[in-house]
Amino acid sequence: MSEQTLRQWLLSETPTSRRHARAAAFYKGWLSFRGNSMAMIGLGILIALLLIAAFAPLLSPYDPFVQDLGNRLKPLGTEGHILGTDSLGRDILSRLIHGSRITLYIVALVALIAPVAGLLIGTVAGFAGGWTDTILMRITDIFLAFPRLVLALAFVAALGAGIENAVLAISLTAWPPYARIARAETLTIRASDYISAIRLQGAGPLRIITKHIWPLCISSLIVRVTLDMAGIILAAAGLGFLGLGAQPPSPEWGAMISEGRRFILDHWWVATMPGLAIFTVSLAFNLLGDGLRDVLDPKDAGK
Amino acid sequence: MSMLSVENLNVWFGSGRSRVDAVQGATFDVAKGESFGLVGESGSGKSTILKAITGLAPQWDGSITVDGRPLTQKRVKSFYKLVQMVFQDPYASLHPRHSVDGVLGETLHLHGFRDIDTRVTKLLDDVGLGQKFRFRYPHQLSGGQRQRVAIARALAAEPRILLLDEPTSALDVSVQAEILNLLTDLRAEHGLTYVMVSHDLAVVGHMCERLAVMKDSRIVEVMDVAALRAQKAEHPYSQELLRNSIGA
Amino acid sequence: MTLLDVENLWVKFPTRQGVFDAVRGVSFTLGRERLGIVGESGSGKSMTGRAILRLIRPPGIVEADHIRLGDRNLLDLSERDMRAVRGQQISMVMQDPKFSLNPVMSIGEQLIEAYRLANKSGRKEARQASLEALESVSIRDPGRVMAAYPHEMSGGMGQRIMIAMMLIPSPQILIADEPTSALDVSVQRQVLSIMDDLVTSRGMGLIFISHDLNLVADFCDRVLIMYAGRVVEVCRADRLHEAQHPYTRGLLNSLPRLNEPREKLEVLRRDPAWSTAPSVSGRA
Repeated sequence: MSEQTLRQWLLSETPTSRRHARAAAFYKGWLSFRGNSMAMIGLGILIALLLIAAFAPLLSPYDPFVQDLGNRLKPLGTEGHILGTDSLGRDILSRLIHGSRITLYIVALVALIAPVAGLLIGTVAGFAGGWTDTILMRITDIFLAFPRLVLALAFVAALGAGIENAVLAISLTAWPPYARIARAETLTIRASDYISAIRLQGAGPLRIITKHIWPLCISSLIVRVTLDMAGIILAAAGLGFLGLGAQPPSPEWGAMISEGRRFILDHWWVATMPGLAIFTVSLAFNLLGDGLRDVLDPKDAGK
Repeated sequence: MSMLSVENLNVWFGSGRSRVDAVQGATFDVAKGESFGLVGESGSGKSTILKAITGLAPQWDGSITVDGRPLTQKRVKSFYKLVQMVFQDPYASLHPRHSVDGVLGETLHLHGFRDIDTRVTKLLDDVGLGQKFRFRYPHQLSGGQRQRVAIARALAAEPRILLLDEPTSALDVSVQAEILNLLTDLRAEHGLTYVMVSHDLAVVGHMCERLAVMKDSRIVEVMDVAALRAQKAEHPYSQELLRNSIGA
Repeated sequence: MTLLDVENLWVKFPTRQGVFDAVRGVSFTLGRERLGIVGESGSGKSMTGRAILRLIRPPGIVEADHIRLGDRNLLDLSERDMRAVRGQQISMVMQDPKFSLNPVMSIGEQLIEAYRLANKSGRKEARQASLEALESVSIRDPGRVMAAYPHEMSGGMGQRIMIAMMLIPSPQILIADEPTSALDVSVQRQVLSIMDDLVTSRGMGLIFISHDLNLVADFCDRVLIMYAGRVVEVCRADRLHEAQHPYTRGLLNSLPRLNEPREKLEVLRRDPAWSTAPSVSGRA
């Protein structure tokens, strides 16, 4: 199939099979996403981050853990150390490259736990109504009432410092807003005619929630998650900075800033470089989220 | 032989002080194969009667009998093989993320049919859509095409009674004509019984044999269409309604 | 006397598949009369109304040889001057009053604000004028309505209030876009007759946009029938039922009628030639 006919096949208004219809819908979403250049920049950065994380050992010029005390605190642009070295003489660039793995690991885990928990609780509360709704939503309120970082600190203090516990703590504090969104969406969807229509076919609540309500909630959750990713990375970095997340010598970006803060006046790059990395990735997620909102928001989809 | 009989039906929403009585003491009877109209202005309770029959308005008393069996508060699954409904707004009654194939396939699956593929094909042909619409999403369909999909969904269960809630009020007149013709054909082919809610006397006059006029949650008059055509309404409200819709 | 003169109006929307023309070369004049524009959804009738006021949202483009109001071409005006034209000289009533009234301001406040914007007067005078405006649309208890909020009003009341508000600055032209489609039949007639009285007694021009042929036939003087962005036929409203164009005939025949029972309704057969034929001029 040549380029032109593939495009026509994808843009066809009369798809001929389930697969075709899905591919066409996906392609149209991609086209409108591609029109948003800022979102494309965000996507580009994140793909680059993924590639860097995947090929970290090949890309990094040095071992991120090997100390070279004779070479400590070298400034930017030093021969062999483009981004300089830290207080133990480790190459900052190599540490940043390896740190991207940890960042992605945190982001992926939180993105798996928090929105899924929020979606479950929110849609069940919204659909069931009555006492179920009241109880679930008050629990949500309790979690929302705590300052996020303080709650995470309490969890980590109880469970012990470490990346996994930090992720767990962040997830525990991140799900309530998703539950709120999912519930609000569910309340509007529940009253719509297409839900009435499927009830009239004798569908049970489980089917209605999973097959009819979730697909409409998920898109707004995805958008919200990508927009929140920046906050999650920062929270993880914050925990790392406070010494409660990743433990030295692990090259987690927040922990790197924490180590660098002692020299911030004389050797500013040690803290600034990981800071810039966090900034770039956070920005990329925000841009991507904005673009995804245009594509996925069901209110704008279709007409 | 009556297919649907409603006796002294009261429907309300809310409770206590915020209770709203949407239907009060409604009584009517629809024979097998008949087409019965419910006419009235917005808020008169005509759609609420359909909701009570289908179980979408759970707070009601009185008696509803479908095909000789009285309904209880909870609808059993077999009820939905007997009674189906077409909604007013075709833009709101189809799930925005489900294709035509998905909508019909799921409905057939829920009703326990095995030969889903052939049935989807047949349903699409029945409502005059054809196979090229099978894998489209609602936003790729016009209002009339969507309403045809909604009708196909209602027919999937092979019901005996079809409740029509203003099925054409959101459509253009030329599309309305197509949908009304389709409904006329389907009724003849499948021997369906219709209960049709509408604010448009001309549409009810065209589609139905008898009708009930509703005002302020009560049925004020039940008459047959011949009387409607002859403008022999008895209740003053029905007369006013007639005058308004015949035009100056 | 001609109030408004529209020549060769186009409304274009660039899309991924190319430029979509919503209105294609429509020309008409409006005197002190009630001009109906009928058509089905997507025929471009609402777009025509909005294009006159330059209310088409980007990326939509309005093009015309001229849209002349008095001796000014509306297309040459700056956005600032255009704002003065909207409301002061041409008003518009939309389909659903719920979306046109501000939900957090009382109706009185909104009317008073509209009056003061138009007349630079004191509050007291504005209040008096607002009460009179409500009385003019047959609202029996204007004092109570002034204090109420839009959500407390029924559809018919809301639409009357909108009409009162739109007529406060005494515009020369009123564009009514499906003003009664959301209302019950009996209320529809009341609202229409109120609008009719006001428009005729003030010698205004009215553009009445509707999908309802019977309503337009009863209510207007002249009718433009639109199809696919073009005017396919122009006729006197009282002769609408003798219309010639197959599209108009098809629309009329597809309506069910109480006094002529039929087994089957006639279905409109669309001829592709209709949408390529040039637009008929609606100049009086």
